[in-house]
Amino acid sequence: MKIGLFIPCFMNELYPDASMDTLKILESLGLDVEYPMDQTCCGQPMANTGCAHEADQLAHRFLKIFKNYDYIVAPSGSCVAMVRDNYAQFLEGEEGFEHLRSHTYELVEFLHDIIKPTSLKAKFPHKVSIHNSCHGHRKLNMASMSERNLPKFSKIKDILSLVEGIEFVEITRDDECCGFGGTFCVTEEALSAAMGLDRVNDHLNSGSQIITGIDMSCLMHMQGVIDREKFPIKTMYISQILAKGL
Amino acid sequence: MSAKPGHPELAAEFIKDTERMHWHDKALWFVREKRDLASQSVDEWEELRSLANQIKTHTIDKLDFYLEQFAQNAKQNGIHVHWAKDAEEHNKIVHTILKSKSVKKLVKSKSMLTEECHLNPYLEDRGIEVVDTDLGERIVQLRKEPPSHIVLPAIHLKKEDVGKTFEKFLETEKDNCDPTYLTREARKHLREKFLAADASMTGVNFGIAETGGVVVCTNEGNADLGASLPKLHMASMGIEKIVPRLEDLSVFTRLLARSATGQPITSYTSHYHAPVEDGEMHIVIVDNGRSDILATEDFKRSLHCIRCGACINTCPVYRRTGGYSYGYTIPGPIGSTLGTSNDPKRNKTLSFACSLCASCSNVCPIMIDLDEQLYKHRQTVVNAGYLDKTKHNILKMATWVLKYPALLAFGGKMARIFVPIMPRSILYSKINAWGKKRELPPFPKNSFKELYKKRGEKK
Repeated sequence: MKIGLFIPCFMNELYPDASMDTLKILESLGLDVEYPMDQTCCGQPMANTGCAHEADQLAHRFLKIFKNYDYIVAPSGSCVAMVRDNYAQFLEGEEGFEHLRSHTYELVEFLHDIIKPTSLKAKFPHKVSIHNSCHGHRKLNMASMSERNLPKFSKIKDILSLVEGIEFVEITRDDECCGFGGTFCVTEEALSAAMGLDRVNDHLNSGSQIITGIDMSCLMHMQGVIDREKFPIKTMYISQILAKGL
Repeated sequence: MSAKPGHPELAAEFIKDTERMHWHDKALWFVREKRDLASQSVDEWEELRSLANQIKTHTIDKLDFYLEQFAQNAKQNGIHVHWAKDAEEHNKIVHTILKSKSVKKLVKSKSMLTEECHLNPYLEDRGIEVVDTDLGERIVQLRKEPPSHIVLPAIHLKKEDVGKTFEKFLETEKDNCDPTYLTREARKHLREKFLAADASMTGVNFGIAETGGVVVCTNEGNADLGASLPKLHMASMGIEKIVPRLEDLSVFTRLLARSATGQPITSYTSHYHAPVEDGEMHIVIVDNGRSDILATEDFKRSLHCIRCGACINTCPVYRRTGGYSYGYTIPGPIGSTLGTSNDPKRNKTLSFACSLCASCSNVCPIMIDLDEQLYKHRQTVVNAGYLDKTKHNILKMATWVLKYPALLAFGGKMARIFVPIMPRSILYSKINAWGKKRELPPFPKNSFKELYKKRGEKK
């Protein structure tokens, strides 16, 4: 099984450690992982701004680079949702697209649904609260939604539960949007920042020490608020917790 | 005409009053939580949603057939049926009927359609007194404001605001903002209006094709009083309000109030199938852009909406920016898709007033794909050339760079070298919208790509 590692463009530039931890986790499970050097961006910022012509070019590029891997794994819920839910408009009927769509996974989802590890080496004796980022939550179905009347579950919690010493802390609105929203974070700057502050306060008031999640973009936004307000809490990408001890 | 301010500007204005923003957010979140409890009390909730979706999909696909069936049956019941292609025709029809009966005083129950058609000012200009009888609507009418929410028209007002408004218009006691007192005073005031009215007008929640009657859901009983006291009753109905059979209605009545306010059912679910004794009943069936939406594959499902307001209550944008920030008759996710469909130029910021969190689509009792419509409507705006040129050019340029990995790597490298040594005054200048309320992330020494390459060389 050959895995193509897709690292979102902004994570490649700004979060090399969280990205490297993603790779380490997969390799530690004995998987054959390759990072194709030509990759850049899935086109989500363009698509979410309505620029279909631009997104279309990047979607085609993405397909060409990744279509020959057995699985494509990415440390991002929203980029995976882009491939799974929004690529059809650009790539429907293209050779390899069906395979790409059905074999592109978010890291935690891939571990939970495909690899199913029963133990991890990681130890993390801290109070942790989860940010259920919207695309992972409502598009990839990573956990049960507060809006729906369906059985409760959380793939994120299931995987994090393999970490020794971790203590979960519950917040009051556990699937409310943090207000990052891609280009929304600058288009609707005042609103985005207000939403971010509300989310961070919810985590802070719960007694949590670490906010984690599967979307670095949301965490980057919330960390921006935390740093400005000098709050005694911090964000940590989920791979950085799961890779402790590797 | 000067350009109207878009959602970001109006939102920023609302957010300035942090305390009020949080109060507004909490008031609506309270309604959302009540809705959660109510929906969880029905085991088959998700099946009901799916059924409602199927009924609406079927009905909207065969709308011409069901509308004709409805009209025919309504006529057989002795109801006059009128067809209006747009708001102007609707208003003219209503005015002509009122004029023929020399009506001077009209009482209305809640109808977002008449808001959409701007009926009140049309009739007032022609010498007719129009009184909105829903308590929330009466409050905003006295203040000369439009409703800020489709179910809770005065949700933007605190009890103190209502007290002041009543002091001015209903001569209530000074500084008395006790809700019970104010409601009783409103009741007295409205009772006089009901008794003096020559005609009434209601909206329509559901039109039943099989029976040729309409159903109106209210909590205050104001529609019933209006429709029963005067001899003339008019009902305005959008073409999409049809359900095929009476038994289909039960699916929607189980969903509507639970989704709207968390009640098992509205206090009054009134069926009107004929005029009152010696009276007249008219139904005006209105298109006003709906059949254009019906013709679009991506957006026709917005016509499935039963106006419960659940998507508005759950929307983290609406809760923090209020109804007026949208500048459209219907706010929130459903209003943003309808508004963009109807006038993408005027409403070009509405599909972007959304973080694409998709809570709306999952709370919607009819399973309308609201977030996907707002995603798609951004393409409507871009394709029509209404996206801000600077933003469009930046994205075009970024796309070009992203096709050349070496160029991107070089750009990233430069940023990682220069951003950390830039003075704060430049880095956090006015053009950095991110940095107004947030710190930028620290820039690392190396990209992942560089680390990966180095690691490969070592191996």
